[in-house]
Amino acid sequence: MRLSPDEIIFWQHGFFKLNATILFTWGVMLILAVGSKLVTHRLSTDLNRTRWQNLLEIIVTAIMKQIKEVGLHHPEKYIGFLGTLFLFVGTAALCTVIPGYEPPTGSLSTTAALALCVFVAVPLFGIEDQGVSGYLKSYVEPTVVMLPFNIISEISRTLALAVRLFGNMMSGAMIIGILLSITPFIFPVVMTLLGLLTGMVQAYIFSILAAVYIAAATKARKEKIEG
Amino acid sequence: MLIDWFTVIAQALNFLILVWLMKRFLYKPILRAIDQREKLIAAELADAAATKSDAQKERDEFQHKNEIFDQQRAALFSKATDEAKSERRRLMDEARQAADDLSAKRHENLKNDAQILNQAIIHRTQQEVFAIARKALADLAGTSLEERMLDVFLGRLKTLDGEEKEQLTSAIKSTQNPVVVRTRFDFSSAQSAATESAIKDLFGAERQIRFETDSELISGIELVTDGHKVAWSITDYLTSMENGIAELLEDKDKPEADVAPAPEDEHGA
Repeated sequence: MRLSPDEIIFWQHGFFKLNATILFTWGVMLILAVGSKLVTHRLSTDLNRTRWQNLLEIIVTAIMKQIKEVGLHHPEKYIGFLGTLFLFVGTAALCTVIPGYEPPTGSLSTTAALALCVFVAVPLFGIEDQGVSGYLKSYVEPTVVMLPFNIISEISRTLALAVRLFGNMMSGAMIIGILLSITPFIFPVVMTLLGLLTGMVQAYIFSILAAVYIAAATKARKEKIEG
Repeated sequence: MLIDWFTVIAQALNFLILVWLMKRFLYKPILRAIDQREKLIAAELADAAATKSDAQKERDEFQHKNEIFDQQRAALFSKATDEAKSERRRLMDEARQAADDLSAKRHENLKNDAQILNQAIIHRTQQEVFAIARKALADLAGTSLEERMLDVFLGRLKTLDGEEKEQLTSAIKSTQNPVVVRTRFDFSSAQSAATESAIKDLFGAERQIRFETDSELISGIELVTDGHKVAWSITDYLTSMENGIAELLEDKDKPEADVAPAPEDEHGA
């Protein structure tokens, strides 16, 4: 039983390898980049615009709105990171309708990579916002005693992010795989639909959690709590 | 092993590349387009607001002008109405005055015509009456009437009042011309003698008396000397009667003119 697309290896040379995870990730990246490029290639700035542009505008403004609701007052600063997280995870889940495709987010390596990115991005945004000392001070609040617990919290939540997304995506693929061997026709279709929903929910959860962590690390979040 | 560290590193790099790609091809252009559109909409809204405000201003101005125009029109209308009324009143007054004048003039003319006609009728009647009377008397005139007239004449000479008698006497005495006695018919010799003796008795002077006939005298006798005349004639009666009737007519006309109604009253009726 294959648990992860990492195990499908097309090419390997020592430490370097080209597995299905990386390949499908490139595919998703290609879809996103080329799709965006095609639509934004000729953007209209007046009141008449194409429906594709409209769709992208809806997606972008919805992401901006979500980020703002979390408490980040300048969403345009964070949309590059948070929006891409959502779009990548969401697109990876939506592409499960393509036969033969396996979501790269069903690989713990991918989710770990994403979680590591979040793990690095949170202190970076925090330092950018309140300076190194300001950010580091947040670890000893309310008291110094809380320092180890804060560090444990940082690590554990990163682990939780990775495992949560991997578990959900992998289980979806697993269930479909198992059901295909038992009831090959109707049931897998229903489960695929459910998998699409689960994928979108996971994309939302992942990016929102990342937004919340960033908001917690930045001053804006702090002001809101104090207020 | 569930985690392949090469894959982790590769996926992290992939993700960072994707972030860059998305920023480059999606977020920046889309956000810029949205910003530009919002600016455009804001500009258009501002433009619309300015246009609306201009329109409002123009509307207010127009309304203000309209109100002023209405007021001016009302004032002009009222002025014109007043002028027309006063002009009408003046014209009416003039017309009424002219009508009154005309009416008065016509009334006057009618009155004059009536008076003239009346006078003509009266005159004609008078003449006719007198002509009839003269004719009748002329027809009746004869010797016996002459005798009777002579008696009356002589009686009158005798009954002259003192002053008149003195004047006549002195006139007869002072002149050398004969005293003329004029009648309609020739006197008989007896009549002539009686007349002569009567004159002599009365005036006490010896004067030649000449007897003349005059067809104008209807029935009467005249005694004429220089500057004095004593006469008796029915013509005298008729003449005095004519004068009396004429006076009566004049008296009758005067009150009529006085009671003529005023033109205004006549018009008002």
